Amino acid sequence: MTGDSAIQFRDVNLTIDDKSLVQQLRFDIMRGETLVLLGRSGSGKTTTLKLINRLLEPTSGDVRVEDKPAREWDPIELRRHIGYVIQDTGLFPHFTVERNVAVVPRLKGWPEEKTRERVRELLNLVGLDADVFAHRYPRELSGGQRQRVGVARALAADPPIVLMDEPFGALDPLTRAELQREFAALTKRLKKTIVFVTHDIREAFTLASRIGLFKDGRLIELATPEQFAASTHPEARAFNESME
Amino acid sequence: MSLFDFLIRNRNEVLQLTFEHLLLVVLATGAAALVGIPLGIVLTRRAALAKPVLAIANILQTVPSLALFGFLIPILGSYGIGRVPAIIALFLYSLLPIIRNTFTGINGVDPAVREAARGMGMTDWQMLTQVELPLALNVIVAGLRVATVISIGTATIAAAIGAGGLGTYIFRGLRTVDRTLILAGAVPAAIMALGADFALGSLERVLSPGRAGVSQKRRKWVLGIGGIAVGAGLAVFLLVGALSKGGARVVVGSKDFTESRILAELIAQTIEAKTDIRVEQATELSGDLCHRELVEGQIDTYVEYTGTAFTAILKHPPISDPRAVYETVKADYRTLFNLEWLEPLGFNNTFAILVRGETARRFQLKTISDAARHAPQWRAGFGQDFMSRQDGYPGFARTYGLRFAEPPREMDLSLSYQALANGQVDLIAGNSTDGLIDKLGLVQLEDDRHYFPPYEAAPVVRRETLDRYPQLAGVINSLAGKITNEQVRKLNYAVDAEKRDVRDVVREFLSQL
Repeated sequence: MTGDSAIQFRDVNLTIDDKSLVQQLRFDIMRGETLVLLGRSGSGKTTTLKLINRLLEPTSGDVRVEDKPAREWDPIELRRHIGYVIQDTGLFPHFTVERNVAVVPRLKGWPEEKTRERVRELLNLVGLDADVFAHRYPRELSGGQRQRVGVARALAADPPIVLMDEPFGALDPLTRAELQREFAALTKRLKKTIVFVTHDIREAFTLASRIGLFKDGRLIELATPEQFAASTHPEARAFNESME
Repeated sequence: MSLFDFLIRNRNEVLQLTFEHLLLVVLATGAAALVGIPLGIVLTRRAALAKPVLAIANILQTVPSLALFGFLIPILGSYGIGRVPAIIALFLYSLLPIIRNTFTGINGVDPAVREAARGMGMTDWQMLTQVELPLALNVIVAGLRVATVISIGTATIAAAIGAGGLGTYIFRGLRTVDRTLILAGAVPAAIMALGADFALGSLERVLSPGRAGVSQKRRKWVLGIGGIAVGAGLAVFLLVGALSKGGARVVVGSKDFTESRILAELIAQTIEAKTDIRVEQATELSGDLCHRELVEGQIDTYVEYTGTAFTAILKHPPISDPRAVYETVKADYRTLFNLEWLEPLGFNNTFAILVRGETARRFQLKTISDAARHAPQWRAGFGQDFMSRQDGYPGFARTYGLRFAEPPREMDLSLSYQALANGQVDLIAGNSTDGLIDKLGLVQLEDDRHYFPPYEAAPVVRRETLDRYPQLAGVINSLAGKITNEQVRKLNYAVDAEKRDVRDVVREFLSQL
């Protein structure tokens, strides 16, 4: 197998209660790339994401993470190895910002000193002043600040892979644009493998090194943004036209 | 007497009953929490179990408490009365709110938070202890609060099965139609419920994860201090409980009417005055509970009536010779139950044929036979009980060849006293120990043909207790023959009509012996 693909989908199907959620997924995600999974609601993009960290298990086929079938990974180990950001942030309301960011390092048993240092570093990385925010609770933050904490938490244990499920979906347009810009810059520096789910074509173009288009549980297009803009596939054209 | 005066004067008993009440509630809800919280957690992991388990807990809570106590009596056998069934019943009632709130509290945690926890790589245990339980804690405490308040209320009913607690006052008050007594049980119980509601409600608010300004640290403090307080309280409870079980101790039981309570007090004060043995009392044991608790060793002694033992417990047909009845119950109790009858106290609680004092003096009446000669000019009034009983009116009239001016009127027993005093009737069948006899100046005629079965009062004691405290039989027997019908009437009247405290009345009586 190739050394430069981080995740591979091989003929993956998932059927729950006779309903097919994804069908015949067969594609590779390259190390260090930002792959944006684009599609309408219910097209199978979030399902695909959850197959990577084993929140869902395929009915048939194989997902491989770092050259090892996901099913051979211990799921707990696998998830601590992969960052995860979701739309509603899922920040722990009873934890301070600092403790929220420190969750995975603590689960992994990092030394306390190293964890605390790492938390400060990450808060500054996502544009939050650690002195100001470390001891606040999630309810004391704005939506944009919460999402920054969510990103910091996903990056805390320095995972090589980060999964992001519409992380900026619930933000107002200005904050969203601001975070998208900062995040695009961040990804270039961090060189992590990022799988990013969205239904926003502008977001896809801002962030993606490649765009994967989903429709009815199938991956129907996988292309660089330039190629995608020129795609003749009707669904791709529908998305492209929605931008104008 | 005002409620306040009563509570002050009886503060030791009030404190003891409050303590008993709290003990029932703490043990029952504590056990329910130990079972209910883990069970609620399991239900969140095994969704298929949730419906049936919650349904069963729901049904349990709809069973009326008295009925539940009733069911538990045969199931638990020798533990069927007293604290054990009360704690079991309260435990069952407490389960539902605790299980349900644990279940809904955990299920109510934001799904995004739970998904994040799983996605971060938390194990199920880590997710439960670090995320779900802390976030559900206030809902779980709310369940505990509901369970505790329900238990405090329901525990009052536990007095009916001899579990003690503040319900003792309520039941005693209901029977003697004494509002002060009812309030003396109800008000402390209500205060206890409100206090528990307030305390646990405050805890619940502090633990609420959405509450601004309550830091994790403060929550930990509150939890820690609360835990220590509860632990220390429990330890004190158990320690006091253990200490109160130790040492020389005798439990005197009494039935659920004034005379029985007076007699128990009489025995208790006599033992305390003449020995070093500490005496406890188990009151309000209705029906044959006294007998059963005595057989099972939950009480050591109580005062029984020979006739009751003879017919109701040993199921012999009634006979009228007092000596024969006493000897029979003494011998039967020894062989059947290993229980000892001590010497009769002296009075006989049986039907009393009563006339007005003025009538008795005018015709110089002493016995029922004397009265039979005048009866054809008289009217009689009898209670329903006397008219229908096997040892009641028909045999009575036959034995003495009685005829009245008109057929006897059937009336309520208490009304018949007034009817006699007012001259509406001339002869009634009252109760020989009733305080009203003296109050209304009535005269009891002697049953010279020994028609009525004897109901002599005498202490019954466990053989084991007598062996353990060899001096006890002599001490209690010092009361033998000391209490006449007239004296017991006075005692009854002082408590029932004058609303005086049983202990004072008995203390006064003993000082005059």
